[in-house]
Amino acid sequence: MNSNVSNRARKSDLCKRAQSAGWSQRQTEAGYSRPGGVMAIMLMILLIGMLGCGDQEVRFGAKLFPESQILAEMLWHLSTSAGGEGPRPKSVGDTRVVWKALLEGEIDAYVDYTGTIREETLRSENLTTDAEVRTALASRGILMSDSLGFNNTYAIGMLESEAARLGISKISDLTQHPDLKFGFSTAFVDRQDCWPALQSSYGLPQTDVSSMEHAIAYSALADGAIDVLDLYSTDAELASETYRRLEDDRGVFPEYNAVLLYRQDFAEAHPEIIKELLTLVGRISEEEMQRLNTRVKVDNKVAVRVAGDFLISEFPELRPQIQQQFRQRDTSLAQRIGEATLDHLSLVGVSLLAAVLVGVPSGVISARYQRLGQIVLAAVGIVQTIPALALLVMLMVPLSYLEVTSIGAIPAILALFLYSLLPIVRNTVTGLQSIPPAVRESATALGLTSFDQLRFVELPLASRTIMAGIKTAAVINVGFATLGALIGAGGYGEPIMQGITSQNYGLIMEGALAAAGLAVVVQLLFEGLELFVVPKGLRITTAK
Amino acid sequence: MLAIHGISKCYGQTVALHPATISFIAGKTTALIGPSGCGKSTLLRLLVGLIPPDQGIIQFDGEELREDNLQAIRRRLGYVIQEGGLFPHLTARDNISLMASRLDWSDSQIDERLSELCSLTKFPRDGLNRFPAELSGGQRQRVSLMRALMLRPKVLLLDEPLGALDPLIRADLQRDLREIFRAAEATVILVTHDMGEAAYLADSIVLMRAGKIVQQGLFQDLWRQPADEYVTEFINAQRSPLETMTVEGEAQ
Repeated sequence: MNSNVSNRARKSDLCKRAQSAGWSQRQTEAGYSRPGGVMAIMLMILLIGMLGCGDQEVRFGAKLFPESQILAEMLWHLSTSAGGEGPRPKSVGDTRVVWKALLEGEIDAYVDYTGTIREETLRSENLTTDAEVRTALASRGILMSDSLGFNNTYAIGMLESEAARLGISKISDLTQHPDLKFGFSTAFVDRQDCWPALQSSYGLPQTDVSSMEHAIAYSALADGAIDVLDLYSTDAELASETYRRLEDDRGVFPEYNAVLLYRQDFAEAHPEIIKELLTLVGRISEEEMQRLNTRVKVDNKVAVRVAGDFLISEFPELRPQIQQQFRQRDTSLAQRIGEATLDHLSLVGVSLLAAVLVGVPSGVISARYQRLGQIVLAAVGIVQTIPALALLVMLMVPLSYLEVTSIGAIPAILALFLYSLLPIVRNTVTGLQSIPPAVRESATALGLTSFDQLRFVELPLASRTIMAGIKTAAVINVGFATLGALIGAGGYGEPIMQGITSQNYGLIMEGALAAAGLAVVVQLLFEGLELFVVPKGLRITTAK
Repeated sequence: MLAIHGISKCYGQTVALHPATISFIAGKTTALIGPSGCGKSTLLRLLVGLIPPDQGIIQFDGEELREDNLQAIRRRLGYVIQEGGLFPHLTARDNISLMASRLDWSDSQIDERLSELCSLTKFPRDGLNRFPAELSGGQRQRVSLMRALMLRPKVLLLDEPLGALDPLIRADLQRDLREIFRAAEATVILVTHDMGEAAYLADSIVLMRAGKIVQQGLFQDLWRQPADEYVTEFINAQRSPLETMTVEGEAQ
């Protein structure tokens, strides 16, 4: 069963790239001159995507923070040096998403932490020792390496100046300062072994505890919005003198040893690559990892280069291969934006096409049968109120039951599709209902069939309003699609997410400006398209 | 040709039309006349099947109007309303020929018929390529007439076709309408509230009030032998104020 899932899952991911390629080629050939043409092209792209492609590539995944990305790049360098073929690792999302990707065979290996597996991924099984974790993973066809050498556990930190002023060096010292404001990452507040354990073991009296994105907490600390944050022991910030890590004097925090997780079927098929990957075991110390994180977060080096440099210093014999890989794989800004644009366009384009194909007929039916119409409008309206992130996660559940891949482009397109429905359905209904009764009656009295009335009179008359709805949906989609990066769908969200986690504002701007630019282009495109779709007679303003 | 038997219509508690029976004379023009809300437009809309009657039957060429033959019968009817009801997104030509082209008329058939209609309605041929927004009110009504006449209907129904026009244009089109009706050889039913228009255009007049038929006959019958006082009152109320002034001036 596993290998089936794996093949199918791979197809869909490859297809995404096939779509992108097909799209760009078509776009230049045919342009957007005729809506029918665009639709046909998008359908073709979908079909090409579904037929597809199967091969034996090696794939690695990463979570959306620099350390995970650096480690994944190391895996890629090592695998490529050992003759493995495959794309650069992809940051697919948070722990849950990367784990799913591994289970479903979208990726073959990634680096996780023993504490995360115990406390989050397999929490319901109440595992305590590494041996138990190993057994539980094996029953799912997943193998676990020994520690790569460092323990990236949670820690508690403050600004050095503030800690010195208050004389705080240990976590137990915090009990003397009940007014301190705590700002913790969401996972830290939720996990039983983190904040709840800390609070009860140390008897911490603080009540002002807020949860926020980890990367943002550092800024909040600098601004004085919070006094205390949770951090990871390998955080780049700890390498500087600005922060003080408080000693866990009661030993509450569990071990989060970095380990390689990989699929058993992959290990059997490619023993030579796995052997190469496992050379990392025991090679990276906590200080080393801190230093590597600093190079990405503070020095703004790209993860692939930081990873390669480390491997060259650690395994000098790999130098020629890795330098070769630098030359081949270093991507320029234009190339990066180009790829992100294609990914982004295919997310927006495919979802929008599907929404038009479903939304306009739904609008027509809703305008005709008003009772049913109210139900349809209420339903698409409710979807609109679900926060984008929640919708993405909610979609993962049914998709994984259907054994369709639950990460990547497909769920993102599905979510965007659902979001596009409201403006399209609503505008179709409004457009049809605002046709003057005299015109409608004339069409009936002529003896036109109801389909002909719709085709030759009602839809053309409503076309301007319908087009406005589609345009709204398209522009909103360009923005929403950036969230696709959270589940590995690529697009402009990827540089934005990476920029947020590595505090690299250049990367954030790269994604944000591109998305804003694309929104403007889409807007103009639809205004041009209106000239073809909206009948000339409706654009005449000089009456009488 | 066209007959109604005991047709009635209510909107909620309001009776729009009491049971009415009329036989419209084939090839002749009948005017349905009366004040606003007398039920004349309701009657016309019942004839086109835009609203279903509460009771009674409508017979077209001996055939009873039903749900299943409605569409076919509509294609043998022409219907013109006050504001024309033209499709704003189509040129005059496409407005007129939409139904014919859906019935697979050839281009030459359509062209030929358009020429006939243009000369019949005195509409300039180059106006055919204009959109309704680019035409004057009188021209729009001529296009609307052509659209109604395109399929050579046996029955032509007009709901206040001159109601929205300026007096001069109105007089013009009124003169032309008489010729058009004659040439079309159709049974014409015309809804109006103007007795002069009815007398000028129609062979027979049906005067209605509050959903009921008051009197039916030639204008002369209504004038000389009114069924009740209301008929005389209605006719007198519509005499031109100019005419009244002249009479008064002579008396002095």
